[in-house]
Order: sequence, then C-alpha cells, then structure tokens
Amino acid sequence: MRNQHLGRRRIYATLGTLLALCCAALGAAALLAILGYVVVQGIGVINWTFLTQLPTPVGVPGGGVGNGILGTLIIIGIATAMALPIGLLTGIYLALFGRGSIPEALRFLSDVLSGVPSIAIGLFAYAVLVAPLKHFSAFSASFAFMMLMLPLLVRTSEQAIRSVPQTVREGALALGMSNFRATWRIVLPTARPAIITALLLAIARVTGETAPLLFTAFGSQFWETNPNSPMAVLALQVFNYAISPYPNWQAQAWAGAFVLVFAVFALSLGARLALRRAMRGFEA
Amino acid sequence: MSSSTTLRINSATFTDELLATNDLSAYYGVRKAVGNVSIVFQRRAITALIGPSGCGKTTLLRCFNRLHELSFEARVEGTVLLDGEDIYVNDADPMAIRRRIGMVFQRPNPFPTLSIVENTMAYGGRGLTRAEKFERAERALRAAALWDEVKDKLKSSPLRLSGGQQQRLCIARAIAAEPEVLLMDEPTASLDPIATAVIEELMASLAEQFMIVAVTHNMQQAARVSDVTAFMLADETGVGRLIEVDETAKLFTKPADRRTEDYITGRFG
Repeated sequence: MRNQHLGRRRIYATLGTLLALCCAALGAAALLAILGYVVVQGIGVINWTFLTQLPTPVGVPGGGVGNGILGTLIIIGIATAMALPIGLLTGIYLALFGRGSIPEALRFLSDVLSGVPSIAIGLFAYAVLVAPLKHFSAFSASFAFMMLMLPLLVRTSEQAIRSVPQTVREGALALGMSNFRATWRIVLPTARPAIITALLLAIARVTGETAPLLFTAFGSQFWETNPNSPMAVLALQVFNYAISPYPNWQAQAWAGAFVLVFAVFALSLGARLALRRAMRGFEA
Repeated sequence: MSSSTTLRINSATFTDELLATNDLSAYYGVRKAVGNVSIVFQRRAITALIGPSGCGKTTLLRCFNRLHELSFEARVEGTVLLDGEDIYVNDADPMAIRRRIGMVFQRPNPFPTLSIVENTMAYGGRGLTRAEKFERAERALRAAALWDEVKDKLKSSPLRLSGGQQQRLCIARAIAAEPEVLLMDEPTASLDPIATAVIEELMASLAEQFMIVAVTHNMQQAARVSDVTAFMLADETGVGRLIEVDETAKLFTKPADRRTEDYITGRFG
C-alpha cells in the first residue's frame, strides 16, 4: 500500500518537473525565436552607412538611421537627466521616512504610474508640451520618457537603499554624522551598484518605446539636435519603415529593430554585471 | 528596591561620575522595554551590563547615545546626564552627543565603500590637515591593536579583513573621534575565541582613556574585563529592570539580590 503511494508520488513529481521544463523551454524558445529572426532579417542590412547616414527618399538606395540613433541618445539623455535626480531623491525619501500616509500615497501613485499605458503618457505629454506650444519637440518625448522611467527608479532606488544593512547606517549615525551625510556618504555609495542597475534597466525600458513618440518627437528627416524641434528617433523610424509598402524600407526596419534589440541586450547585460559586482561586495 | 533610588556602588575606589541616568524608561510604541533605570557610571571604569536575552541591555545602551529613538515609534522618558548635562533636553543635539559617546556594534559594520583608512577617519576630522588626519588614523589604529596588520593595505577595502580585524577597525573608527565614553554592544558576540581574547585585552587598555559600558550576555567575559557589573532582568510584564550594580568581584561572589544570585549561578537565563 505504502509503496503504491510512493510510486504514484514519484510519477507526479516526474510529470511536474517535465511540465515545468517544457514551459521553461517554450518561454526561452519564444525569446530566442524573436532574437534569431531579428538578427537574420536585420544583420544583412547593417553597415557603417546604415548607422551613420541620413535616410534617403523612397526609391533612392542606401541611406540609414544615423539621425534616429542620435535622436534616441539625445531624448533618452535628457529624460535620464530629469528622471534620475527626481527618482533617486524620492527613493531616498521613501527609504528613510517611508512610514505614514504620504509615503504610502507616493508608493501607490508610483505603482499606478508604472501601469499607465505608454501611449496615455505620450498623450499627456502632447497635451501639456505639444498642443500649447503648437509644435512637436524632442523635449516633449523626453518628458514622456521621464514619466515612464520615474516609477521604476523610485521603487528600485528605495529598495536599493533599504537593502543597505541598517547596522551600516547606524554606524554612520553613531559617529555623529547627520542624517543627510550618513545617507549621502555611506548609504548611497553602498547602494550605488544596485541603483546603476535600476537606471540601466529603466533606460532599456524606454529605448524601445514607440507609442509616446508618435505625437511628441514626431520624427525628422534631418540631423536635428535642438530639443525644441521635432527629432528623428530610431524606434519611430522602425515603425514608419515597417508599415511602409517598400521592400528596402522594410529591410531597414528589420535592421533598425536589430540595433534596438542589441542596445537593450547590452543594457540588460550591463545591469546584470553591475548587480553581480554589488553582490560580491556584500559577501565578505 | 524602589525604582527611584539610584543604584550606585558603595566604594571609595570609584567616585568620578561621568554618565548617569535618572528614572530612565525606553519604549517601542506602547511596549515598555526598559523601566525606570537609575544608574551612575564611573569615569575610569569598564562597566558590564549583563542579563538574559530580552532584558533590555542593548536598548538601555542605545539610550545613552540617542540611537534608540531611531527605531520605529521609539521614545525615552527620564533623563540621561553626561557630565551633568541632560542629553534629552529639547535643544540637545544628538550629533554632538554621539561625538562624545562612541559606539561599537554587535556585528562588525565597517563602511563597505570606504577604504580602511577612510573608515578610521569616517567621523570627519574637520579642521585637520591631511597629515594630521593620517596621524590620527594611525594613532587610532594603533590603539585598536590593528595598525601592524593593516599598515600595508590602508587603501584597500575593509571587507577583506577577518571578522575580528573588522571589529577592531570599528573600534578604531569610534576612538578616532576621541569620545569620552565608548559603548560596546556585545562586541565579541560574532567572533571566535581568539579574536574575542584580542578584543578583551584591547578593552582593558582602552579603559585607561575612555569610560566603557559594554553589554554582554557572557558572564565570564563580564567577570574577566569589567570593574563594575550591572545586572538587568525583565520583570513579569516584560519590562527590563536594573536589579543590581556593584564592583564586579563583589557582584559575582556576594550578590545582594536573590535574582542576581540565581542568574550568575546559572539557575535561569
């Protein structure tokens, strides 16, 4: 009787393990298929010209997405410059004075914001920065990206600061350091690798965003560097090329997608490496 | 024993009072963790706070440098006098008090992102030149019996040091600020016997310069290192009470209180 039960349990256990393995394989396969497809379709078109030249009109061969890559860097750069200080300081506030109704409300709002569809955030940016000024601008795209990055930065930097052992903080305070100095000089540096990880992931998150760009950055055919003007963005170019009827534009869309995927891949890898360095620090 | 009488040892040896509490109670929210403690600490002495787990030793210690109030909903009633001044009056500055009362924690807590020498001088050293800072760091590390082991790697990370070395670095960090009082919260609890012996020797040499109050749950350690021992015990409602204070030799041989005797003879705790 007992052995029978044991045998059945063993079968269930094996079945369960197999099922889990299958699901894991399915997930991994889907990801690898996307990556593989993008690489196969895109890599043939990638060359120096593609990465550094302006787009050409329909029918003219060659051309590239150089202005889109530059625009992506500018827009994300401005977004990061705005989101990092706000997100980090909010995270510090939540980590240090995180009890009570105001911090709880902040956390709740931040969680809600992280769930708002990016197109709605794009619409908001349009309503406050594009419609009143009567022109599209890269800055309005940066503003939308900032709103997308903020909740991620707030919650992850709060977590990063909280994960610094309380004894380290108390050690600093016990030396007569002020709360601010203890946080700035001791706690934040200890949390820095985790914060860098969060920042890289937040950047990776917005790198591929397209929806909020449609009615903010809008796109441009030129080397535009003025944040107050419409600007080319790689993700937007991919979108426009992909829905075009021209085969060479469609090929360029794949190549652009390849560049985007590669950038996100590199950012995620960098985030993992930074995190691993952080973990090594705490082992000792 | 009435809770309002101050426990002081009847001895001509110790007459120099530096730190004293009067009817001190400490709370976590509504829970009273330490109740109505009145005690006087002597300037040139090591005082050991002993008692079973949960009797409020650490909480009491953390009241002395105003670290207790950092805990959630924590508050303090009564007074703590440092050289006659109440450190809990409204305009008392916790930062200034913590400069005068240093602390060593139960687990070594060097600052992971600072080098060994930066850790030693972490209190700031405002107004000192680079050379003076280095000199002071060396003096602190020597006083903490760590200099010879780290003098060739002052710029490296403290996390590579052993646990005992890290704890001595934390002692060096505390004494570099030149406090008057050194609080030690079970400073050897996480260390092996050899590292413990080193720290205990160190405590004896530091006592010439600083007043030391050390929490320990190890009675042998209290007997070995301290001049004065204070025994605490939680009452039936869980409030930590000070039961008895006396010269260590006397408390361990002829305790005045029945409960002290029960504890040191191992009948509970």
